[in-house]
Amino acid sequence: MLGRTAGGLFWMFRYLERSENIARLVEAGLRMGLTRADAQAEWSSVLSTAAAMTAFGERHTEPTQAAVTEFLLRDMSYPSSVLASIENARNNARSVRTALTREVWEAVNDCWLTLKRMLAAPLPTSELPRVLDVIRQKSALVRGALHGTMLRNENFNFARAGTYIERGDSTARILDVKYYVLLPSASMVGSSIDNAQWETILRSTSSQRAFRWLHAGEQVRPPTIVQFMTLDSRAPRSLRFCLGKLVSNLGYLEKEYNVRRPCTEQARALLAEFDALSVDEIFSVGLHEFLQDFIARNSTLAAQIEEDYRFNR
Amino acid sequence: MSEKSAADAAEQSGGAATFDEMHAADGRVRRPYARYAEWFDANDPAMLQRKAREAEDLFRLTGITFNVYGAADGNERIIPFDLVPRILAAREWAYLSRGIEQRVRALNAFIYDIYHRQEILRAGRLPEDLIAHNDAFVPKMIGFTPPGGVYTHIVGTDIVRTGENEFYVLEDNARTPSGVSYMIENRETMLQMFPELFAIHRVRPVTSYPAALRRSLAACAPPAAGQSPTIAVLTPGIFNSAYFEHAFLADQMGVELVEGSDLRVENGRIAMRTTLGYKPVDVIYRRVDDDFIDPLNMNPASALGVPGLMDIYRAGGVTLANAPGTGIADDKAIYSYMPDIVEFYTGEKPILENVRTWRCSEPDALAYVVEHLEELVVKEVHGSGGYGMLVGPAANKREIAAFRAKLLARPDAYIAQPTLALSTVPIFTRAGLAPRHVDLRPFVLLSPHGVEITPGGLTRVAMRKGSLVVNSSQGGGTKDTWVLEG
Repeated sequence: MLGRTAGGLFWMFRYLERSENIARLVEAGLRMGLTRADAQAEWSSVLSTAAAMTAFGERHTEPTQAAVTEFLLRDMSYPSSVLASIENARNNARSVRTALTREVWEAVNDCWLTLKRMLAAPLPTSELPRVLDVIRQKSALVRGALHGTMLRNENFNFARAGTYIERGDSTARILDVKYYVLLPSASMVGSSIDNAQWETILRSTSSQRAFRWLHAGEQVRPPTIVQFMTLDSRAPRSLRFCLGKLVSNLGYLEKEYNVRRPCTEQARALLAEFDALSVDEIFSVGLHEFLQDFIARNSTLAAQIEEDYRFNR
Repeated sequence: MSEKSAADAAEQSGGAATFDEMHAADGRVRRPYARYAEWFDANDPAMLQRKAREAEDLFRLTGITFNVYGAADGNERIIPFDLVPRILAAREWAYLSRGIEQRVRALNAFIYDIYHRQEILRAGRLPEDLIAHNDAFVPKMIGFTPPGGVYTHIVGTDIVRTGENEFYVLEDNARTPSGVSYMIENRETMLQMFPELFAIHRVRPVTSYPAALRRSLAACAPPAAGQSPTIAVLTPGIFNSAYFEHAFLADQMGVELVEGSDLRVENGRIAMRTTLGYKPVDVIYRRVDDDFIDPLNMNPASALGVPGLMDIYRAGGVTLANAPGTGIADDKAIYSYMPDIVEFYTGEKPILENVRTWRCSEPDALAYVVEHLEELVVKEVHGSGGYGMLVGPAANKREIAAFRAKLLARPDAYIAQPTLALSTVPIFTRAGLAPRHVDLRPFVLLSPHGVEITPGGLTRVAMRKGSLVVNSSQGGGTKDTWVLEG
């Protein structure tokens, strides 16, 4: 397989994952903004989570719902907006078309055609929920086509590796923006944290139901959420889950190619650290420091994958 | 050209003289269309209408699109597909394919000669100027013989028809002819939409083209290649107008689709960057123009090519299909000499006729053309795709005056041809069947094993009433082309 093709698959699925994550953030923001007094503060925090504060500031002044949703959903000059991400995903798909099944190609092409149409003009609030639903559905169709039709070969594993790199990054950022509400500070020990805040976290990762299954009836305490989002190996958006999948995708590639690559070693080392960690240790390191460290290492790992499998040179 | 003036052109060019391939002048259905006409009449137009919409959705969803250069939104469009097939009888095809084969062999022999002893110039059958001052002439090719002696691995010969037995070659596309993916996808679409039609007709298949192409390319592997040659399709990238076709062909042949940035010179070979490092490539089916394939040896500004490619090519490290420098043979000025070229290299009379062509570089011809602009088609010698041409009968006084000035400023950049009464084939419109002008591009493969012509080809159709411009970049559509079994 061409290095460029591997890179195209990796990035196609990074962008798809990104568009879905951004849409989910907007969904959480919308919900919080509607139910809370200080809506603008919520939209600000949505922007920080998307690491989009600076880019937003260059184009808008007030983080109102209209401005933020316009920016995150439709702004083609912001490369991580939903529309720009979908277009990037689709361009990558076009350039690796021969490496995709017809079903996957058609699903991503259809996703692009549909959203391009739906996001052609600014959206009234009443339209937002429907559009966000469509984004979720269309990306689910791409994922479904991938799982249902692709050979479990190198193509599949590069695609998945891209997905988990992006997802790990996104989850870590979501936690990091809210880390202050998750700190078991003296005043909050033993008390339930601000309900709305932890709900945002769960909502932006589509984890409310899963979390409830595990912790029904318990009083929600910060360590429980942090444990769930970082160390739980069953939660599909937790850091531990993403790492575990990455190790298996990269391991597959080593086996398929009969080679050893530094990226696999890096991923394994990181996973081993996670497996030895407890949530108490995370807090004693400092949640913010821990998350920042993860984001940095996740991004180093992505760069290593690109280098090891010759995406660009 | 506007809809109005295009229609006027039809009145003038067509009228009673236009040959319709389905219906004779008295309304009788011609033999190859007999069964189709019966089937058509038995069907509900509303059903056909629905199928036509389905076909369009299908094309858009599967991404069978092309990019239009200069279009404001840079968007992809689909080429309109018409669901009425263009049908050729076995006898007609046998004649055409004999003529095409002769012509393609002559073209290849001509290119070989031009880059070797230039016998045809010595014999005085072709003016030397035409070669010496031709931008398509690639000096690096002088004295070099490509593997298997093949220059034109893939040719798309444009053919027009004006009567029952009147076929003309309009252009010999010997560089990188495109459209073959539409030939195949159009057939796929017809098979999906109207399977019953194929039960009542014996249509010769076109789906073996990619396999034939692969075989043909492999047969031209360079000396450095191993037992089973590695083939790749070289594309300028996803923004190229024919990108869909490049991906389609790579996919169908089961080979890599590479861009210039995937390739480099390594150990005297051209190698592609895989996830495990660089691997040699033996045959490159390049869909990048001569000028851009090698920034070291050709245009230094090209970002699409591979530095040093020409040196490796000349040393036998890689095969390029088509060979660089084949453009010398599909120049429109050279075109006017094709009958001589065919005779010179085959010793036979040309089977297919050339369209009468005035070379504006010749003073007498220029004088005639300037006098008759309103009835001629004037084309740039090096142009393609229907850009920069004048269709006299469809142009207004102002356009003609402007063109006359351009022509007089650089007469040798132009040739002129009569406005041919291109044959028509009906298309399906809301008002039923309506005749539209068509041309035909059969696809020809040349290898040391011989000439292979896929039965049929791409029929391009001017979707607007009376229009003679069939180019997809100018709003033309396509039809599935059937060659019936004899």
